[in-house]
Amino acid sequence: MSTLHTVNKSPFERSSFISCLNHVKAGDAVLMIEDAVVAARKGSAFAEIVEKAAKDCTLYVLGPDLAARGMGEDDLIAGIKLVDYGGFVDLAAEHDRTNAWL
Amino acid sequence: MKFGIVVDEGPYTHQASDTAYQFTKAALEKGHEIFRVFFYHDGVNNGTRLTVPPQDERNIQERWTKLAEEHKLDLVVCIAAAQRRGILDENEAKRQGKDANNIAPGFRISGLGQLIEAGIVADRLVVFGD
Repeated sequence: MSTLHTVNKSPFERSSFISCLNHVKAGDAVLMIEDAVVAARKGSAFAEIVEKAAKDCTLYVLGPDLAARGMGEDDLIAGIKLVDYGGFVDLAAEHDRTNAWL
Repeated sequence: MKFGIVVDEGPYTHQASDTAYQFTKAALEKGHEIFRVFFYHDGVNNGTRLTVPPQDERNIQERWTKLAEEHKLDLVVCIAAAQRRGILDENEAKRQGKDANNIAPGFRISGLGQLIEAGIVADRLVVFGD
């Protein structure tokens, strides 16, 4: 049983993103939406943790939210995949359940 | 696939309602079914018809109404959360002795059972909040 985890808060603001990474299992996916997209940025204080997590699960970032915050594909940590809202829907359908880390 | 959507936050303060709307729209475009959108907590504020945002800005409430009309969506507002926040339909206004109602077209007021049912019937329940 695989889970799509959605996180919507910056790791600089709340601990939900780190809590999420500590709970993911093999086969799960984590989608960064809204303010959580900043966690996908390379070179940040959280980059090392995110790079390590990318080896255990699949990390995605919501493109429109990334663009709204002045970032693009070139800013992403290697291995993080970019999706649009349609891709978000696909991820929700592909996994058995979704969990929002609010 | 059948999706259930939960919106826990009101419009304009948090991004939750925007994200939920974009997700719902994308799911419909892909041919999925939206079994129900359940508005809970401050999310009930998405269901008033009395908001008048500037004309060059998105109208979050009206956008939900339009999407519901186009796709026959079931937009349900939690009754307990709605009563606390002054979201009333005609029946509730009468029952509570209020002089007006403000529910937006396409929305209906009902109970938490509707959320439970969405959780059971829908293949996926996707929650949007803060």
